[in-house]
Amino acid sequence: MGKASSSTATKISSFVLMIIFVTLALSLTVLIVALNAFFAEQEVFAGYLLLIGFLGVAFSTYLLFQTRRRILSLRIEVPQITTTIECRKCGFKSVREFQRGDYIFKEVEPCQKCNEKMLITAIYREVREKERVRFPF
Amino acid sequence: MFELMMLLGIVLLQIDLSQIISLLYILFFVLFIFYGQRIQLQVTLREVESSLYKLKYIKDEGRRIAIETIKEIGKPQTEPTNRVDRFLEYFTISPQSLDPAGVVWKLEHILDVRDARFKDEVKLMAPAADETQANNLENTLEAAMALNYIYKVIRHYYLLGKKTLSLYVIMQLQMILPLVMREAEAYASALKAFAYGQPIGDGAGAMVAAKLMHGHQTRKLPKDCVVATVPIEGRTAYVIKAEGPGGNVGKIGDAIKTVIDENEGKIATIIMVDAALKLEGEEIGEVAEGVGTAIGGPGVDQFKIEESILKYRIPINAVIMKEDIGDAVSPMRKEIFDAVDNAIERIKHVILERTKEGDKVIIAGAGNTIGIGQ
Repeated sequence: MGKASSSTATKISSFVLMIIFVTLALSLTVLIVALNAFFAEQEVFAGYLLLIGFLGVAFSTYLLFQTRRRILSLRIEVPQITTTIECRKCGFKSVREFQRGDYIFKEVEPCQKCNEKMLITAIYREVREKERVRFPF
Repeated sequence: MFELMMLLGIVLLQIDLSQIISLLYILFFVLFIFYGQRIQLQVTLREVESSLYKLKYIKDEGRRIAIETIKEIGKPQTEPTNRVDRFLEYFTISPQSLDPAGVVWKLEHILDVRDARFKDEVKLMAPAADETQANNLENTLEAAMALNYIYKVIRHYYLLGKKTLSLYVIMQLQMILPLVMREAEAYASALKAFAYGQPIGDGAGAMVAAKLMHGHQTRKLPKDCVVATVPIEGRTAYVIKAEGPGGNVGKIGDAIKTVIDENEGKIATIIMVDAALKLEGEEIGEVAEGVGTAIGGPGVDQFKIEESILKYRIPINAVIMKEDIGDAVSPMRKEIFDAVDNAIERIKHVILERTKEGDKVIIAGAGNTIGIGQ
């Protein structure tokens, strides 16, 4: 529980990865050539190369992040489910992770304090809300 | 390499930059005049395609979870994959309504046949599953079936749009996709909940009834429902819910009719409790009160309850707990669980305001009772 499931669909295609890394390598080479051109006092040409190099680096990095985002969006998050167990006699309460077979009002193990049978009183998931956008209405 | 780049640079420097920009501007202009719509179509198709990939992934996950759960719980003698694949393709044809008189009974019959067929299939797939597990498995398979159907419909319109290159087909699809994806994601989270037998948001009504009837003697009612006689504020309340903890919605309509007939119509009021879809901007777990038959489903139970109350002119009240579609089929959120106590307080208020001491009332908690005992 609490993990994300994965399958072949969540793997990045090696072909796409290869293209991204080749573009990144070429862009870095162009940046190095631009530096050489700058030292050879070919400022205008170096400017063009710098532009191309930076565009290449930006493009490949963007693609890499997009691929990662697509994979993250494909995962089905399994939420954490909490089971609350209560002793009806002494009021002792314990909270644990949900286990298969749990259901509300199921009698479970005896109470640690009074040895009376405990009862599952709640099963729920807690959602941590992202920073909520406040609307004026 | 460096020499080659330098040569390219010298050639580039020979051409005036403004000439290149002008040429590019004209090219873009011509391109967008003749191919603008085509480009827009391709962009939209790409967007639909990426959602379709996600739908396919969710659908495959649904199938995988269903098969794994059947193998784990049902201990089948043979490989259940083929049977599951066949099950995912099942369909139900709704009855003809050209002459609407009596259509509810026809619909009920079709739904009964469907239910019986599903139960038989699950029994064959998972012979070792007990009743609760079989009900949960049935719900898991139904969620997988819904995902399979959503994927197929979206794929149909995507391919149709691609084949006909119709911007209007593709754009309509793109417009409804965010809502479809929300529903598909909700079913995806429901799969695990059903497979593990966890209470879901839709069970809020059943949870209210379970809390009210816990500790009191229950008896079975037709079909798949239980009732307990509970004294509340000096009145006698017949608390009804579907029998848990397996995934089950029961036939609340039949159960209410039975209790009304048993009491010869001498019921002061009926209070229906259910989870309801909230509007955007409303809080999750907000409790609201009104009149009418608060129950979902295809409408058969609502019809039966309305018929029964009309016969004896019994007033009907409703208490709802608000949640969105995602929360309705995924494991119950804490906010919804906490709302159950507020709903009980509201029910007590209704009883105090609308009935006299010694009266008999019916409190019916509608919804799927998966993971909720009594």
